Amino acid sequence: MAQAAAVAKPPAPPRRRRASATPRRLPYLLIAPAALLMLGFIAYPVISVFYYSLQNYNPTKPWRNGFAGFDNFVHAFTDDPQFWDTLIFSGKWVVVEVGLQLLFGLALALIVNQTFVGRALGRALVFSPWAVSGVLTSAIWVLLYNSQTGITRYLADMGIGSYGTSWLSDTSTVFPAAVVADLWRGVPFFAILILADLQSVSKDLYEAAEVDGASRIKQFWHITLPHLKDAIVLSTLLRAVWEFNNVDLLYTLTGGGPAGETTTLPLYIANTSVDAHNFGYASALTTVAFVILLFCSVVYLRLSKFGGEEK
Amino acid sequence: MITKEATEVAPAPRDEVPEPPRPAKKRERAWDEAPRWQIYLPLGIYLIFTLIPFYWILLFALRPAGSTSLVPWPITFEHFEKVWTERSFGTYFQNSVLVGVATLLVTTVVALAGGYALARFNFKVKRAFMLALLCSQFVPGALLLVPLFEIFAELKMINSLGSVILAETVFQLPLSMILISNFIKNVPYSLEEAAWVDGCNRMTAFRIVVLPLLRPGLIAVGSFAFVHSWNHFLFALMFLNNQEKQTIPVGLNTLMSADSVDLGALAAGGIIAAVPVVIVFAFIQKWLITGFSAGAVKG
Repeated sequence: MAQAAAVAKPPAPPRRRRASATPRRLPYLLIAPAALLMLGFIAYPVISVFYYSLQNYNPTKPWRNGFAGFDNFVHAFTDDPQFWDTLIFSGKWVVVEVGLQLLFGLALALIVNQTFVGRALGRALVFSPWAVSGVLTSAIWVLLYNSQTGITRYLADMGIGSYGTSWLSDTSTVFPAAVVADLWRGVPFFAILILADLQSVSKDLYEAAEVDGASRIKQFWHITLPHLKDAIVLSTLLRAVWEFNNVDLLYTLTGGGPAGETTTLPLYIANTSVDAHNFGYASALTTVAFVILLFCSVVYLRLSKFGGEEK
Repeated sequence: MITKEATEVAPAPRDEVPEPPRPAKKRERAWDEAPRWQIYLPLGIYLIFTLIPFYWILLFALRPAGSTSLVPWPITFEHFEKVWTERSFGTYFQNSVLVGVATLLVTTVVALAGGYALARFNFKVKRAFMLALLCSQFVPGALLLVPLFEIFAELKMINSLGSVILAETVFQLPLSMILISNFIKNVPYSLEEAAWVDGCNRMTAFRIVVLPLLRPGLIAVGSFAFVHSWNHFLFALMFLNNQEKQTIPVGLNTLMSADSVDLGALAAGGIIAAVPVVIVFAFIQKWLITGFSAGAVKG
């Protein structure tokens, strides 16, 4: 682009000179507000989390505050079974959620990409939970799962299950119950992204495949899926990070319970810092979560061929 | 680049039908048009799954307390009145609107400036800055609650909506900036240059030539920022202790965590929470599918 500008240089009128003289400082001025905000409210907090992770820091026990070295980390890895439980649950939650969301999202996108009567309405309805917040999703599913007036009551009326079943307070049903609630909101995300990408598949490819007598299933495997690969890889990673970090839904739906059964690592961190005021330890756990996420970021940047677009 | 392709190639769904002559259309059928039942059956099943929860919350919001009927009849608005006044959802609604609109405005303006710089200039720290933007996607706001709380306490902003607006804006910025810079890249630079030759300075050229073309993109980014801050819950929960200052998601959480949940009030509150988002969603839905979300992911 800079090249084009150089070539197109007209016999310089006075203004032209200003336009080419300003750019040196202009880009910095333009990114300054964003950069300052991000330095102050993202970079600085991140650094202070690293700092606190090496401290004993608990406002309710000030006499113990001070430098702790790696004690917090050692404690987490060797002496805190809850850390391991929540880490394992986080992994399980992310894998199950992202896997199922991708599967259903892909299927839905393929369906609503077809031409059929009522497609616009169908799309709007199918995608609508995308805009619903985590807390509202919880509110809706609390109403559905309610043991007195929820869906189980009407199922029991029909002879399925028994009255008073509460899926959210039973350790054997809480996981699938929470998964379904989050799926309800998460599937549209994938469906929207994949549908957007599906629209850029060249129709000629299908026509050529058609001429060669390839079946629709073969066309899907050899044309559609390879085309979608990038979008799928990236949206899956983004979503995995998002599902790992997001605490809205589980915090409000199950509160991490019953008996800590649905506590993810970030939820555990929030509880440790907000309820137990153990900021130092919470910061160490946060650092561990960062390292896990950083690993994902590196993979993400590699796969997205970051920087490659600038030729 | 990929975004550009996606937006350009993506056809307006309905235009494609009349184009090909008959025989070509017939050939397309094979892949483009699956047997009808393969569309309507799975779609119908999925729609049931999607719509029952919506129906359920409407049902609870509209039927009288204690009713177990599966049809919201007779319709009552008692829950709405109760939740709006007694449970202060009127105040929460105002606060949420304030936070949402302020976040939208600040995010769009700041991201527009930064996005322009990223799209139109090559400068020293550009790569590092882009990298920072992408990495920030992986920094969870939820894990920074404690240091953020301390910063806002230092700035004497706890219990002021400003803290939530700032925090929401900061976490909206990176993605918005990447999106906007992609939109600007899609506007040919030569258009701007032509305006300079005609005697406009950079600012005027931007306002007259580029800004009108960015409108759909800005609407999408702004809606996105609004919906996010409207829906987001943790910052408001942490930084606003005063009940007068709280937002709708916090209000919903309070209703849910009560010892005996008032289901009617919860449902009515949920619907109040959903209305603005549904309106925005209907507004940007078409946009979402073409290009916008592709740009969101591919950066």
